[in-house]
Amino acid sequence: MIPPLIVKHARGLALGIIAVTDHNSAENVAAVIEAARGFDLTVLPGMEVQTREEVHLLCLFDTVEQALDWQAVVYAHLPRLKNKAEVFGAQFVVDATGDFIRYNDRLLLTSTSFSVEEVATCVEERRGLCIAAHVDRPSFSLLANLGFVPQGANFAAMEITRNTSVDEMRRQHPSLCEYPFIRSGDAHRLSEMSNNTVLTIEQPTITEISMAFRRQGGRKVKVLAD
Amino acid sequence: MTLGEVANRLSLSVQTAGEKLETEVTGGYASDLLSCVMAKARKGNVWVTLQCHPNIVAVAVLLELAGVIVTQGMSPDAATLQKADEEGIPLLTTAHTTFTVVGQLTQLGIQGTE
Repeated sequence: MIPPLIVKHARGLALGIIAVTDHNSAENVAAVIEAARGFDLTVLPGMEVQTREEVHLLCLFDTVEQALDWQAVVYAHLPRLKNKAEVFGAQFVVDATGDFIRYNDRLLLTSTSFSVEEVATCVEERRGLCIAAHVDRPSFSLLANLGFVPQGANFAAMEITRNTSVDEMRRQHPSLCEYPFIRSGDAHRLSEMSNNTVLTIEQPTITEISMAFRRQGGRKVKVLAD
Repeated sequence: MTLGEVANRLSLSVQTAGEKLETEVTGGYASDLLSCVMAKARKGNVWVTLQCHPNIVAVAVLLELAGVIVTQGMSPDAATLQKADEEGIPLLTTAHTTFTVVGQLTQLGIQGTE
């Protein structure tokens, strides 16, 4: 998934907004934003943080600076271990054309020492959005790992995959009923990118998306039926 | 066998709800995925995990578990300890791993819930 192909594929799906959310890292965000320059496509900088409960949480921001500030905090809460490329795969940092810049040597495929509540609170304080990732998945998800949405955690929304529907999730999990939903690809390959979520907003910003999640001022979010 | 006897035999450290150790242990279950615990563990079971999140207490209350053994030297969050005391759920900690604790429980004759 190199930046120009991500942008091309997003345009092919008629997407207006995508988010780049690498695991515990935001080092490739700027390259995708650069690759999208000149196109009618907003790239939200973000990250998929793994908490100490092994729950994946999406963290979305408006600016690369915010994402990199958050990355510094996340890195400080990761174990000081080096990636084993032969086990976990090489972790590339690339430029806007997809050319190799360097390897990210840090072990990213592990948990931070943050709890789910701590990540949600920190991201909100940094004016970002914290969305529980792929909650229908049988592992690395809020519902699989913690059984239900913990009380007092400030999640902006719940993300589901193509394998389920909003109605199905609300029926199975009463603790989800109060939350807005998005359905996205959790794309690790171009072919997994999807266009299932429609946001009615005036600008592609965190503030506007947050308003859509809370149904304020005519903004709204809708997950398309299959 | 009561939970208190289990705590003594395994040298577990009782963190909360010390007044609830007379509960008879009906069996054991081990998992760190709370969704699996909710689907599988049964009333009176002792649950072995290294999760420390407050939701472990809610799951124990829901299923009426005898108690929760938190392994591998993990320290339950302050919120978890407080909730466990409020709800009367014994949380027992140990430096041993889940593997070792489950082996010890089996030696005591506590059967896994299948």
